Amino acid sequence: MASSPSANGLTPWDRVLLARHANRPHTLAYIGALYDEFVELHGDRSDGDDAAMVGGIGRFRGRTVMVVGHQKGESTRENIQRNFGMPKPEGYRKALRLFRQAEKFGMPLITFIDTPGADPGLSSEENGQAFAIAANVFAMTDLAIPSIAVVIGEGGSGGALAIGVADRVLMLENAIYSVASPEASAAIIWKDSGRAADAAAAMRVNADDLLSFGLVDEVIPENPPAHEDPQATIVATGDAIERHLIELDEMWKRGATGERALLEARYAKYRAMGEWQEAQAVPTPAAIGRR
Amino acid sequence: MLYCAALSPRRQCVVNSLFDIAGTRPALDGTGASMRELFRRQPKFTTTGDDDLRSLVPDDLWVKCPKCNELVYTKEHMRSLRVCQRCGYHFRLAASERIEMLADEGSFVEWDAEITTSDPLGFVVDGEEYLVKAQKTATRSGVGEAVISGRLKLDGKPLAVVVTDFSFMGASMGSVYGEKLARACERAVDEGLPLLTVSASGGARMQEGLFSLMQMAKTTAALTRLGEARLPHISLLTDPCYGGVTASYATVADVILAEPEALVGFAGPRVIEQITRQKLPPGFQTAEFLFEHGMIDQVTPRHSMVKTLSALIDLYSGVRPGRRPRRRRAEVVESEIVANGATDGE
Repeated sequence: MASSPSANGLTPWDRVLLARHANRPHTLAYIGALYDEFVELHGDRSDGDDAAMVGGIGRFRGRTVMVVGHQKGESTRENIQRNFGMPKPEGYRKALRLFRQAEKFGMPLITFIDTPGADPGLSSEENGQAFAIAANVFAMTDLAIPSIAVVIGEGGSGGALAIGVADRVLMLENAIYSVASPEASAAIIWKDSGRAADAAAAMRVNADDLLSFGLVDEVIPENPPAHEDPQATIVATGDAIERHLIELDEMWKRGATGERALLEARYAKYRAMGEWQEAQAVPTPAAIGRR
Repeated sequence: MLYCAALSPRRQCVVNSLFDIAGTRPALDGTGASMRELFRRQPKFTTTGDDDLRSLVPDDLWVKCPKCNELVYTKEHMRSLRVCQRCGYHFRLAASERIEMLADEGSFVEWDAEITTSDPLGFVVDGEEYLVKAQKTATRSGVGEAVISGRLKLDGKPLAVVVTDFSFMGASMGSVYGEKLARACERAVDEGLPLLTVSASGGARMQEGLFSLMQMAKTTAALTRLGEARLPHISLLTDPCYGGVTASYATVADVILAEPEALVGFAGPRVIEQITRQKLPPGFQTAEFLFEHGMIDQVTPRHSMVKTLSALIDLYSGVRPGRRPRRRRAEVVESEIVANGATDGE
């Protein structure tokens, strides 16, 4: 499997390593730098508080917004406490609670995606991991507020999508976003998780590829990679979020019709995702339908 | 009787091969046997005379239960809806078999059969292109893609159905799957039909990368349309159902049913064992396990499936026809507009 380097000399696997770099800024670093005030809200009101998922209300460049994001640890000790950024069902239910609250108060929603995937443990299965993720994905398709998701590190699988169904999906240049982690994909494809680098190349997990597929809306450049100059990346991310927020606001602020327009646009966005062939009334050659 | 006759040649083979392994045959042959004869490779199995009798027994005359090893006469097996009558094991069904069990005779009309797999990533694994693999699978399994959708009548009641076929690449969810499901939701809304999804799936389709993940958003988004039209989505989870399918449309339903002992979960048992390094408790991720944890409404045996579905469709239909307002806020604003309009008119 060719893992040919891109224009800047980085292979897909290099990008995976950058996305996972220990010194890369995580969600709370973005919140700390971009929000004038931030109050973290905790708990799902049912099972507990998941440290792998953080959220709360804050003031972002003059307006109150709801923020939700995966949180990895800054040290091994903290990583254990935060389960390496892999939320459990209670984490997703906390996120859902905050989505609903944002909708209730008419606050825009901003999410930061940075997870290897949802927690695959025994207790998570018992507590309905799949059900919790599905509920979030479903809720996000229909939230009557503008939403922006930013993939800042690893976008792993359904665990990422559960806070990622937004009006705009932005991605940092060296972030990755995939249907399953490269290791899991390799285990499925070749029964060998050691071929993760091949999987990363074959699955096209990099931001520029995903932009070309129309699956993400904008790639935020990292000059240099985020861990070398966190502040620059965070500010660039803030600027991109603000720009999209203003655009979405234009649509949204027109009362009930604006709300409907926003929801219709989001429906159309996700409805169009996918690629298939569809034989015409007269068959052969099949028309390749890029949607 | 037939059963014994069918197996007897094999038993004979075993006897023969044992005989060979012992290496006694050349020795018994005695006198003219050279050393070369002694080491000559003997055929492992020799067929005996009743081969023709065996050919009279078609391969599919008997079905063996994978759980209790009971052998059942195929006709009997089909009559019992492919449920083992000894241990109650529910065999996995092809989409066509499932539809046949649910639909009134001749009532099924397939939708969107002409949509087939594309290769958005240019995916090649060990020299095999994804499209080639998909086409091979289609030829071998006789199904064009991982789902069949359409309308049918169940107990006289019209219904939209989307049924997965596990024999097509583990019924993994890619673009075709998502598109067929989304179209089925939209048609159900247009035609005022309840939706039944029957899901068995290994999860997202790796070969379509992030396109596959986005089908989770697409399919659940389509379900919002159904909800606005006050049409129910009934989800039937069957063995096995994992990953992106369990974590999307299949669990976003008004009623979730599962067949007995069906394995349903997010992460597969092998993955969980590897990560947690502990043995999984017996019954883990079975339909009964999900029921105990409050995740599903019912464990429904196949024999009462049509009856249960029929009752549900009846109860949900026509409770309050018409569209549900999308949002309370929008509803208020709209009713204000109407009210203001009325006053203006007077």
